[in-house]
Amino acid sequence: MQKNAVFQSKFLPYLLVLPQLAVVLVFFYWPAVQAVIQSFLLQDAFGLSTVFVWFENYKELLADPDYFAAILRTFAFSFAIALASLSLALLLAAMADRPLRGSMFYRTLLIWPYAVAPPVVGVLWVFMLNPSLGVIAHGLRNLGVDWNPLLDGNQAATLIILAAAWKQISYNFLFFLAGLQAIPSSVIEAAAIDGARPMRRFWTIVFPLLSPTIFFLIVVNIVYAFFETFGIIDTITRGGPAKATETLVYKVYSDGLLGGNLGSSAAQSVILMGIVIALTAFQFRFVERKVNY
Amino acid sequence: MVEHRRFGNLLPHAILWAGVLIVAFPVYLAFVASTQDNASIANGQMSLLPGGHFLETYYQTLFVGTSGTTREPVGTMLFNSFVMAMMVAVGKIAISLISAYAIVYFRFPFRMTIFWIIFITLMLPVEVRIYPTYKIVADLNLLDSYAGLTLPLIASATATLLFRQFFMTVPDELLEASRIDGAGPLRFFWDTLLPLSRTNMAALFVILFILGWNQYLWPLLITTRDDMQTIQVGIRKMIVTSDALTEWPIVMATAVLAMLPPVAVVVLMQKLFVRGLVETEK
Repeated sequence: MQKNAVFQSKFLPYLLVLPQLAVVLVFFYWPAVQAVIQSFLLQDAFGLSTVFVWFENYKELLADPDYFAAILRTFAFSFAIALASLSLALLLAAMADRPLRGSMFYRTLLIWPYAVAPPVVGVLWVFMLNPSLGVIAHGLRNLGVDWNPLLDGNQAATLIILAAAWKQISYNFLFFLAGLQAIPSSVIEAAAIDGARPMRRFWTIVFPLLSPTIFFLIVVNIVYAFFETFGIIDTITRGGPAKATETLVYKVYSDGLLGGNLGSSAAQSVILMGIVIALTAFQFRFVERKVNY
Repeated sequence: MVEHRRFGNLLPHAILWAGVLIVAFPVYLAFVASTQDNASIANGQMSLLPGGHFLETYYQTLFVGTSGTTREPVGTMLFNSFVMAMMVAVGKIAISLISAYAIVYFRFPFRMTIFWIIFITLMLPVEVRIYPTYKIVADLNLLDSYAGLTLPLIASATATLLFRQFFMTVPDELLEASRIDGAGPLRFFWDTLLPLSRTNMAALFVILFILGWNQYLWPLLITTRDDMQTIQVGIRKMIVTSDALTEWPIVMATAVLAMLPPVAVVVLMQKLFVRGLVETEK
């Protein structure tokens, strides 16, 4: 794809792309290549010598039950976050997508959490559900729930999932609303004339027509759950208790931070890159082509 | 509306209000907590209505900071976050504008190669290459500097693609007309293309400002000096594992202050925000 009318110049175009090319090469390709190289190397405990070990780091990693658990946990988190956030957002968008009085007002009040940073989300939720002083934790205690996410891994995971889903509602809401507004009302009116009630119309007409948006949002939500939740986890649980909330990204961070195994940390980064590339490819293949009926 | 409803729109209104409550309650609670004294919060005796310590807490937060954990007034952190967000937004828009211009309006060897080199960066967030990038920034002596904070975040292709797409829709006649007027490539860029791109730039700016402001993992790794902390890093350090030491009113005031600029941007520039969000994702 290119314009028919273009300028001729020998050096100017290179000069114009130079800044971006420089930044991308230095801060993107160089580190990415280093990660790949490092993942094939093994360093001794003092960092004095390195040996080329082929896939040793990967083998070790994939045989490590801790790593395997982190993979499963990350996917479970993504699934739970996407499900909770998407269903609530779809409900709200379906309600807002009709000629209601004040629908702009509702939209404004529902979209701003997009702008709240993950660590701040973590702080807000840890404050509400802190076992000793949280307002909601008190309510739970009064209901007879033994609430203590500092000790109970499942409760800690629930807390992370709720906080992460909360932040994502506004994003999903916006895209659902845009998707709903793109559905021509004539289709829905035709179904109504055939005698379909609102619920039936929603599940047989609106929902299928919304499927491109839904697929797109599922991928975006999974990527979000993989990466953006880092700030939430780091403020609420720091991966604990007993690694119950340690996701893949958090593991890369904490393994590398403890100074330990650079090769393993690099191998983890490379695996993460692979997952992201696979997700992106999936999105291009299935979402860009539009799921149509 | 397709049919007449017996109860009007009662149910949708109720559900939407419930949604607004779910979204707003944590933030309301944070604001309320920031106006009360630490002792009553730590006892779990917090009131659900604002207390009388508003001025006191916010003064201490902005100009003094916590007494134990961060050693830095939140005012400084706000400044750092602001500089970082501005540099990410302006820097990314500037370098993407000119590289997209070169790719669309010139024909030169390796044009497509360069396009693909830039395009591929779209796929990987900074989180997956965090330690190698850290090492490079350290080798370049950029730790604890604004350049180190922002440059790795500028290295991605979203904005370039967006501008490329927009430039493709600009009619060729404009270029021919300005060529007849004797304008060279730089003149055309400055006098014709930039004014046309204004809305796109503004929409992108809104998104990138929020993105830069909300960065967490990267600033956490690369800032070691207290006076280079951004507000997102500062707020995490304020939370101490033993509850007794956490100064909750200050933490909550910091949370409110950290939210204020990006939320204000979203609410006040809602049209641009929605446009930017939809365009950067597509």
